[in-house]
Formats: sequence, C-alpha cells, structure tokens
Amino acid sequence: MAATSAYNSPGFDFSNTYRNQFLADRGVPLPKATSTGTTIVGCLFKDGIVLGADTRATEGPIVADKNCEKIHFISDNIRCCGAGTAADTEFTTALISSNIEMHALTTGRKPRVVTAMTMLKQMLFRYQGNIGAALVLGGVDITGPQLFTIHPHGSTDKLPYVTMGSGSLAAMAIFESQWKPDMEREEALHLVTLAISAGIFNDLGSGSNVDACVITASGTEMLRNFVKPNERVEKERRYVFRRGTTAIKEEKVRRWVVDEEEVTPVGGEEMDTS
Amino acid sequence: MQTVDMQQLKAGEVNLGTSIMAVQFKDGVVIGADSRTTTGSYIANRVTDKLTHVHDRIYCCRSGSAADTQAVADIVHYHLQILTQQSGSAPTVATAANVFQKLCYQNKDGLMAGIIVAGWDKEIGPSVYNIPLGGGLFRQPWAIGGSGSTYVYGYCDATFKDGWGKEETINFVKNTLALAMSRDGSSGGVIRMCVITEEGVERLFVPGNELPKFWEGEEVLGKPTKIIPESPAAPMEVEA
Repeated sequence: MAATSAYNSPGFDFSNTYRNQFLADRGVPLPKATSTGTTIVGCLFKDGIVLGADTRATEGPIVADKNCEKIHFISDNIRCCGAGTAADTEFTTALISSNIEMHALTTGRKPRVVTAMTMLKQMLFRYQGNIGAALVLGGVDITGPQLFTIHPHGSTDKLPYVTMGSGSLAAMAIFESQWKPDMEREEALHLVTLAISAGIFNDLGSGSNVDACVITASGTEMLRNFVKPNERVEKERRYVFRRGTTAIKEEKVRRWVVDEEEVTPVGGEEMDTS
Repeated sequence: MQTVDMQQLKAGEVNLGTSIMAVQFKDGVVIGADSRTTTGSYIANRVTDKLTHVHDRIYCCRSGSAADTQAVADIVHYHLQILTQQSGSAPTVATAANVFQKLCYQNKDGLMAGIIVAGWDKEIGPSVYNIPLGGGLFRQPWAIGGSGSTYVYGYCDATFKDGWGKEETINFVKNTLALAMSRDGSSGGVIRMCVITEEGVERLFVPGNELPKFWEGEEVLGKPTKIIPESPAAPMEVEA
C-alpha cells in the first residue's frame, strides 16, 4: 500500500469538484439548504419605513421552524428582511451589521442606509449569486427614510413599496391595489400586515405569524409576532386511553439489580521491597 | 469536465430585457429607456431608471443583467471621480466610454452587459458610444440597444436624419422606444429620457398611458365598442 503523502500543497483543494461534477452528471441531486420560502415586504410612509415578514422556515416540503425571525438587525436605525437561503441571509446581514458598526465608529456618524445597501450589493455581486440572499433593506438616516431591495446577484432597486420571496406576488398585489403616498403610521402598519397575511394564506412557502418593524427618525419599534392568525387551538378531544383499556394476560416480575458484596481485604497490599 | 453554461449558471437572475437608445444632435444628446426589469416572467420593477449618471455630463443606458450593469456603472463612476480629481477637469465622453469598454472587454466571459454611453464634453461636444455584449466600442450618431431594439432598426434607418434640433430628436427617441416597447414583451412601462447639453441635464418622463400610439390593429379587430372613461381603479366588489 502506498503511504499517504505527508505533504499538503498550499492553497485551496479542488479535488472534490471533479467528484461532485461526476455525481451531478449521474443525476445525484445536490444537498438542499434550508430555504426560507418567504414573504417579506417594506413600505414607505409619511415619516418612516415599515418592514414586514412571515415566520415560516422550510426544508423542501417540511416546515423547519414555525416561528423564526426574518427581520435582521443592521444598526439602531436600519433593519433588513431576508429571503432565500436561511444561513446566507443570517450571516450576510450579521457581517454587514458588524461592518456598519465599525464604519460608524471610524466616521463618527450615524450609518446611512445607502452605505449598508452598497456593502451588501458589492458582497453579493462578488459571490455571483452563490450567496442566495434576497433582501429588503429599510431604515431612516440623515437623508430621510430609505427603502431598497437587493437581489442575490447584487442588483438593487429603490422603490416606495417592495416585496420579496416566494410570497412576493401575493404581497405585491396588495400594495399595487392599496398603497398610496404619505400614509400615517397605523395605516402603513395595517397595509404591511395585509400584505404579509396575503403571503401567509396564499403562498405555501410562507406561513405562521406576522412580524413587523416600524422605523422612524425618533426610533425603531420591533413588533415580534404582531399578528398571530394561526394559533393552535385546544384539542376538542383527549386521545389518552383510560387505565385498564388493555387487558393484562400475564404478569412477570424480574429482578434486574444484581446485589453486590464488596469485600475489602484486611491490611491492604504490601509494598514490594525486593 | 463540461464547459460552464452561462445561461444555466445565472438562472433566476434579474434581467433588463430592455429598449434603450441614444441620439446625438447639434447641442447635445438625447438618451432614453423603457422602465421594465424582469425576473423570468415577473416584473421585478416597473418604474426602473436605466439612465445612469456616471459624471456631470455623461450618462449611460444599461441593458442585460441588472447586477452586472449596475456594478460596471458604479466602477466607472468611481474611476471618473478619481480621474476628475487628478486632472482637474471633467473627463470626455470618449474617456468614459473607454473605461466602460475596458471593463466590458476584459470581463466579457463573466458579464452580460450591453451599454450605450452618451454625453457632452468640451473637446468634441455631443457624442454617443455603443458597447455591445462582446465589449467592442463604436462611436455612432445614434444607437439602440437591448432586446427591444431588434424590432426598430428599420424604423430608425428610415427615420433618422442629420441636423435635427432638440425637440425633433426627443420625438424620434420617444417614438422609437414606444414602438419597441409595444412589440417586445420584455420592454414596457414608462419612457424615461434625458437631454444632456452644455447647460445641464434635463430629465423627461412619459407615463405608460400617454405613450405615442401607432398601428393597433383596428382593421383586424374593429374599433373599440366602448371607451372606458378615465377614472381611478375602484376596489373590486367581492362576496362577503
């Protein structure tokens, strides 16, 4: 048998790419990542931004988490909703949040939403779509309220109302028919709730509760589980069988504990002095 | 190993299936674009601004992948800012076009970007440069691009004349884009235009319900039997 070389060549090891390509050519499906089949939205109103998200995370046809958080923290005045690969949205937002904090510290200014947007788009573009993060970024800075969408390949859009994820079509239908400029806070929050609910009820990839987040110049208000339209009701019947439902035919009792008797030799072991 | 297929690799990408255009005239240039951005069959943005600022008097029209063209435009914008600081004067349109071309040609394997660069400079006045997919660079009196452009080459060839003024050029751009948008499913929405002259940049906007109308098949389909009066869309009545 040939001995394994102790030498490790520097740089990346690409040997598995050939194996993976071979397996893919044979029709072996690639492992699936947890994807947040999602409804996320953002909406501009008179003095700020309302962000919204559902709380379902899926792994193929399985609901992996019934109450997950999809509105991520970027800074005090900026939040980001994530759709797509759950791990990717989680880690990209965490990384940009960290970089934004460093940026704020070095500049001594409050971070701007465009700064976060530029950092995110440049990172996602560098990874050519392999980071599966589809984001809705919103916040209020010195220039006023700002709202963006960022696609996995790194393209961005600036709009007064935006939706993303598998439920985006249902949510956009609500916005397209009911959004109007200069809404009040309550009105905008209600519209976002309607949009997310449309996703929850009409899209299989979205479900459970509505999370919302209101950002204004005076502060950020995170409304976790703002509406819970899918609460589990108490079971109408009890499915516990009464004692004695099954007849006992035979009874046998065995002793599994073995009694041990410890004998300590008197004097102990003697030291060898030879 | 198999060669990597670009179309396969970038499935689900945001596309600017576009109609874009730039025409030079005596005092400047008129650039225009539709406003549709698509992901497959879904319109991701119906009011997109594809006329992107890269310097005071230099703009570009973007077509192809939204991510690629935005990234390229951002990089060119950065280079032009540096260049301005170093030389102490505004760069020429030719310079901007060359920076675009360099990026598009050197990264041709990884990009999907068809860009028209247009603007005004002190040295040669108005100019239009076309940079198609392969990364070539061509100065033209007028240029069209994007998926919708294929439908209107004949119209442009038959219509364009040298020596037009501002208003005639604006109408040429508006009509060409309206024709392209009506035939190309990936183009549509509103028309955005910019007039770039020595004096400045003027932005023009044509809403979707005020686009110029051409042949719409009345001979075949007959005249509309009922004209719906213009009123705000009312919410649909649904059973409780």
